[in-house]
Amino acid sequence: MSKEEVEAVEEVLESCPRERRHLIRILQAIQEKLGYLPEDALREVALFFGISPAEVYGVATFYNQFRFVPLGKFHIVVCMGTACHSMGGALVLDAFQRELGIKVGEVTPDRKYSLERVGCIGCCTQAPVVVVNGRIFPKMTPYKVEEVLAKLKAEDELGGDKEQG
Amino acid sequence: MKREYVDVTIDGREIRAPRGEKILWVALENGIEIPHLCALKGQDPPWGGCRLCWVEVEGRGLVTACTEPVRQGMVVHTDTPSVRRLQRRALELLLADHPMDCKNCPKRDRCELLKWMRFLKVKVPKDLRPFPEKRYPVDTSHPVLNFDPNKCILCGRCVWIAKEVVGCGVFDFVWRGYDIRISTFMGKPLKDTDCNGCLKCAEVCPVGALWGK
Ligand code: SF4
Ligand code: FES
Ligand code: FES
Repeated sequence: MSKEEVEAVEEVLESCPRERRHLIRILQAIQEKLGYLPEDALREVALFFGISPAEVYGVATFYNQFRFVPLGKFHIVVCMGTACHSMGGALVLDAFQRELGIKVGEVTPDRKYSLERVGCIGCCTQAPVVVVNGRIFPKMTPYKVEEVLAKLKAEDELGGDKEQG
Repeated sequence: MKREYVDVTIDGREIRAPRGEKILWVALENGIEIPHLCALKGQDPPWGGCRLCWVEVEGRGLVTACTEPVRQGMVVHTDTPSVRRLQRRALELLLADHPMDCKNCPKRDRCELLKWMRFLKVKVPKDLRPFPEKRYPVDTSHPVLNFDPNKCILCGRCVWIAKEVVGCGVFDFVWRGYDIRISTFMGKPLKDTDCNGCLKCAEVCPVGALWGK
């Protein structure tokens, strides 16, 4: 972990009673600050509560909300809610997986792109929908996936689009 | 004052048993077999995960013997049609995604899964297979302990013994649903964990998932 990350973890733990029932809340707070749960943070948490790292890992993997790798610079969220799914969301997701060479929940080795699937995000009339760093791409098709990625690549080269917090 | 012992009847035999003891241990200590895969003596609370140890208690119905304490006057049957039906199905479900590579299995002579298959006359359930097949890497990194997650039946014994008896805490259940498995911290190879090679987990593992070199 970087110095800032270590400090952030310490800060979260400082305010917490050493009782195991606070474990999930603490993991949430750390992810909130760092965007993911680094391995060393999980070790720190285990030490803090006096339980094994494997147990902390077991709890953290049980819940979908926790991530163990940082998000990519461009975090791509493909909607697989009912409307988007029936309009071909799965094909769009497949296209992203193919183009990026990663699976859902993974990050490209250069840390530029991460991929996630979610349930309905509330704009079903635009189905199927993809969201990149909060920006909505409506009425997606597998073909448009290439376009979107080309656009993101261009922005990246221009140094545009700030990282998502 | 409460008496320390209770009198129970198991399969027609009158047995005096320590108050509070679970039916499973009373039966086993008196030579009455009850199929079981997850229970270990000393577990408190019992894990109760394999659902193999069904017995029928008069006036109560079907209960798992590893979780149910004996009570004064209790009448228990271990071999009724409903008991056997439940046990066979539970075992078949465990077998649905088990590799069945018994010829090459390091535990083939002491596999408890095979033992209960013979006892309950259960065959590999062809109708349930192939179940989503597990393909996890086998961990042979450690000098004395091997781990093949594909053979694991998720009985939880190693987790308990590591946590409560040895104190190393090397294993736990991770992920969820079809993905659930026993794992080290972040899936690290065993050589990079706190495992000191005591092999207690390999001793209690009922199948060929954990074994000594
Ligand atoms: S590795 Fe063995 S002892 Fe551990 S849960 Fe799997 S079957 Fe049970
Ligand atoms: S289903 Fe995708 S926005 Fe509603
Ligand atoms: S031995 Fe009772 S549920 Fe496994």
